[in-house]
Amino acid sequence: MQPNDTAAGGVKREEKQDPLLEVRNLKKFFNTKQGSLKAVNDISFSVRRGETLGIVGESGCGKSTAGRALLRLVEPTAGEVIFEGENITTFKRDRVRAFRRDAQIIFQDPFASLDPRLSISEIIGEPYEIFSLYSKAERFERVQNLMSLVGLSTKLTNSFPHELDGGRRQRVGVARALALDPKFVVCDEPVSALDVSIQAQILNLIQDLQDRLHLTYVFISHDLSVVRHLSDRVAVMYLGKIVEITTYHNIFTRPRHPYTQALLSAIPIPKVNAKRERLILEGDVPSPVNPPKGCIFSGRCPYVMDKCREAPPALISTEEEHYTACYLVHDQADPVAEE
Amino acid sequence: MNDVLLDIRDLRVTYTTEEGLVVAVDDLNLQLRRGETLGLVGETGAGKTTTALSIMQLVPSPPGRIETGEIFFDGEDLRRKRLEDIRNVRGNRISMIFQDPMTSLNPVLTVGFQIEEAIMLHQRLSQRQAGRKARDMLKLVGIPEGRAGDYPHEFSGGMRQRVGIAMALSCNPELLIADEPTTALDVTIQAQVLELMRRLRSEFGTSMLLITHDLGVVAEACDSVAIMYAGAAVETADTERLFTNPRHPYTRGLFGSIPSLDEDVPRLSPIKGIMPDPTELPTGCRFHPRCPAATGICAERTPVMVAVEEGHEVDCMIYEGLVPEARIGEKED
Ligand SMILES: Nc1ncnc2c1ncn2[C@@H]1O[C@H](COP(=O)(O)OP(=O)(O)O)[C@@H](O)[C@H]1O
Ligand SMILES: Nc1ncnc2c1ncn2[C@@H]1O[C@H](COP(=O)(O)OP(=O)(O)O)[C@@H](O)[C@H]1O
Ligand code: SF4
Ligand SMILES: [Mg+2]
Ligand SMILES: [Mg+2]
Repeated sequence: MQPNDTAAGGVKREEKQDPLLEVRNLKKFFNTKQGSLKAVNDISFSVRRGETLGIVGESGCGKSTAGRALLRLVEPTAGEVIFEGENITTFKRDRVRAFRRDAQIIFQDPFASLDPRLSISEIIGEPYEIFSLYSKAERFERVQNLMSLVGLSTKLTNSFPHELDGGRRQRVGVARALALDPKFVVCDEPVSALDVSIQAQILNLIQDLQDRLHLTYVFISHDLSVVRHLSDRVAVMYLGKIVEITTYHNIFTRPRHPYTQALLSAIPIPKVNAKRERLILEGDVPSPVNPPKGCIFSGRCPYVMDKCREAPPALISTEEEHYTACYLVHDQADPVAEE
Repeated sequence: MNDVLLDIRDLRVTYTTEEGLVVAVDDLNLQLRRGETLGLVGETGAGKTTTALSIMQLVPSPPGRIETGEIFFDGEDLRRKRLEDIRNVRGNRISMIFQDPMTSLNPVLTVGFQIEEAIMLHQRLSQRQAGRKARDMLKLVGIPEGRAGDYPHEFSGGMRQRVGIAMALSCNPELLIADEPTTALDVTIQAQVLELMRRLRSEFGTSMLLITHDLGVVAEACDSVAIMYAGAAVETADTERLFTNPRHPYTRGLFGSIPSLDEDVPRLSPIKGIMPDPTELPTGCRFHPRCPAATGICAERTPVMVAVEEGHEVDCMIYEGLVPEARIGEKED
């Protein structure tokens, strides 16, 4: 792959304050036979220019729905998504179209929604078609450049998706997402279907591209090790809500929310004698159609108190760069940090 | 050596396909000691499931065929047993749980009934006794006995896997083969299932072959490990040695590929390239096209498994003194 000397340097962990994206009270409910399903239930956060914000949580907690709502690939039920100062949830169709040039998505299976009869170069170049950009010759040249950017041999130009292995397929997905030169990319489980040796290649690619193209990422995965590896800050989701947001460092060294602690302690670390305290959760995640009235974790939380069952705790700053939605943590928080 | 419960020697299994002859398992050697849990680790297509099915004598044929090798279970070669005897071993002495528990569950029968049936098939118990035992097994895996009358689809993924475990353990097998039992589960549910397996192991002393691609699961649950690549074991050792001192370039590459939860590693060190085409395995060392240490000899000569220390074997010519140990696991592509 391409040489890169900045990735190992400090760029990734630098202070980045200027927000590219701000999400306020975002909700997405689906109508189902059982009733209204609260897939994303009032989440707020910001994504700073040039950073990677990781979103982690177990299946069904609302990560993909949140990622799609950010791009208006699903229509939010309520809330605001402010991108470079403008609320995209109020955009009419042609402005949404223009916004798509700035904000893209990479999926776990890049071809799930694509025509299998398209060749690799047609898939990567399709956004030019959709936006009627460039001449045929220019498109060809751009596609070739994109292919080498993501480490695909240009010999594959006329191949078809089914002829490629999982790693190369994902490279195609990345190239297509980058075709329009976006500023912001949502990566939704981009390596979850890949074996570890290939996963590592794609993670390095995603990291290199951020440095080269000054991209801002929301990186979604159920795998906290993967998320932590790539992110500056990490948001932990449970049952449609964010329970904790903090730096990649704090999330491992000082997780505060009991769910984050349980999630961390459940992850097997590939080391011998990695002695850790085990917090094994009982039961299963409740249904998002009938989430608990108070704290969404109250039914499984080992520290549950009476007030936890009454009203949901807000996600508030409990330390510097650390937001937690838990009464226990709020009670213990340094009064200064609490404001 | 009667403390070896399972001893696989020079196993070769192929599948005949339109693309050609797939060599799924090639020259595999593996030993599992009584009472221990052996982790069989490898990426997709390494031949892990085929190995498990070979032990159970359940390789689908056609297209599959066990071409050569011996599979000694408690001193007897399973390949030489009559079908009847094999059926008796399966379910009674060896059972298997799958990644998808529905593989072994019938969707139209209640879970209690299915476990009961399995017990009656292999043990001389009355229906009432079997029913009692089925409910006990469910309780043991943390499922309230009141749910014995429920159908598989009425359970969550994690509970279904626990039902699968209850069923597999209902006949007190000597060997439990678990093929990626937690791969489809969320981590907190995986933790529940691993905890359960650990408890059962210490209660019943069951030996276990745990197939996984997750080195974290191995560190947590296994006494020893075999790393499998393109059909063969390339490194075997007890868990502690393998994790503190991995030797094979592939094993080292795997460790370099995993993002760390507890350390800051700015950049991963992947293994270059992709898995070889199973219809055309590389000559010489099958890892040579991807190996950062490979030299000319690697494409020509097949390495011989050597013991680098007692109980730690590696299938790489570095340890035969034929290839210099280069700086491995550093460069990609
Ligand atoms: N189109 C849809 N219609 C109904 N329910 C949906 C739809 N999409 C997602 N959901 C539900 O929303 C919840 C969150 O799903 P999702 O965002 O896919 O979670 P994650 O990506 O974290 O696994 C789940 O309960 C899921 O079943
Ligand atoms: N029924 C089958 N027919 C043809 N090829 C098969 C069949 N089952 C497995 N294979 C092939 O055998 C190889 C090993 O597969 P498998 O044992 O399932 O590996 P693993 O469990 O390690 O992923 C792969 O190349 C796979 O495609
Ligand atoms: S024998 Fe050669 S090619 Fe094979 S792993 Fe060792 S160094 Fe690499
Ligand atoms: Mg998802
Ligand atoms: Mg398998």
